[in-house]
Amino acid sequence: MSTLPALPWIWPLAGGLLIGSAAGAYLLLAGRIAGISGLLADAAGWARGGARTLSVLFLSGLLLGTFVALRGRDGTTIVLTSSWPLLIIGGLLVGYGTRLGSGCTSGHGICGLARLSPRSALATALFMAAGFATVYVMRHVLGGSP
Amino acid sequence: MSRWVALLCGTMFGVGLVVSDMINPARVLAFLDLAGDWDPTLAWVMGGALLPSLVAYRLHLRRNSPVFAAAFHVPPRGRIDTRLVAGALLFGVGWGLAGLCPGPALAALVTLRAPVIGFVAAMLAGMALHRLLHPPR
Repeated sequence: MSTLPALPWIWPLAGGLLIGSAAGAYLLLAGRIAGISGLLADAAGWARGGARTLSVLFLSGLLLGTFVALRGRDGTTIVLTSSWPLLIIGGLLVGYGTRLGSGCTSGHGICGLARLSPRSALATALFMAAGFATVYVMRHVLGGSP
Repeated sequence: MSRWVALLCGTMFGVGLVVSDMINPARVLAFLDLAGDWDPTLAWVMGGALLPSLVAYRLHLRRNSPVFAAAFHVPPRGRIDTRLVAGALLFGVGWGLAGLCPGPALAALVTLRAPVIGFVAAMLAGMALHRLLHPPR
């Protein structure tokens, strides 16, 4: 496992405020939920009741904002420690699980919690717990990456 | 106008993922590693994100329609069922294996790195599989 430099709390707080403001503005101005797994399924044509053009534009903005912000951030690299098999299994589980459970970190964890939705509160508690347990088993029981 | 809103909100979201370093799987895994060298970053992001979104959701309850669209499209408050529970658990396991969830995974595509592309391809395959097994009625 890699050791990352500690990040002063002001950065995640500022980043979180940006993410939450984006989700809040999308609701108030366009009337929709900014859950990335839902937007992706909608953009791919796999969801009902979406607005495909809006979803495609939101995700295009996501790529654009990331691209520009990464340009402005010096030197900090994105560290991926998981092996290929874990990435593929992880990707399959994330894709299938977020559709089955109707949301991911943004849809349930931010938009759903902001709505005080019991479904989203439970989903967030469960995916957090599953994430904690998985990393515990991988790192401290099996003792490998990630 | 809604289209500009979607593009701009997406852009702000992407900038937020970079500023908070949530785009970095190692950072996310360090948060999920309670028994290791725990990194509180993700908790700050969640807290920061909830402040404005809580306010926005309160404000939306006072309005009949969004500013630039005819109606709100907010999912109804459904019941807690096995799909929700199983889906959240499967997602959490995948998140813990890779350190990536859908937002950061898509955002990290701009780095054009093979592991990210592989993860997103697998994620799309997982979504397609769900669509195949549970087609919308």
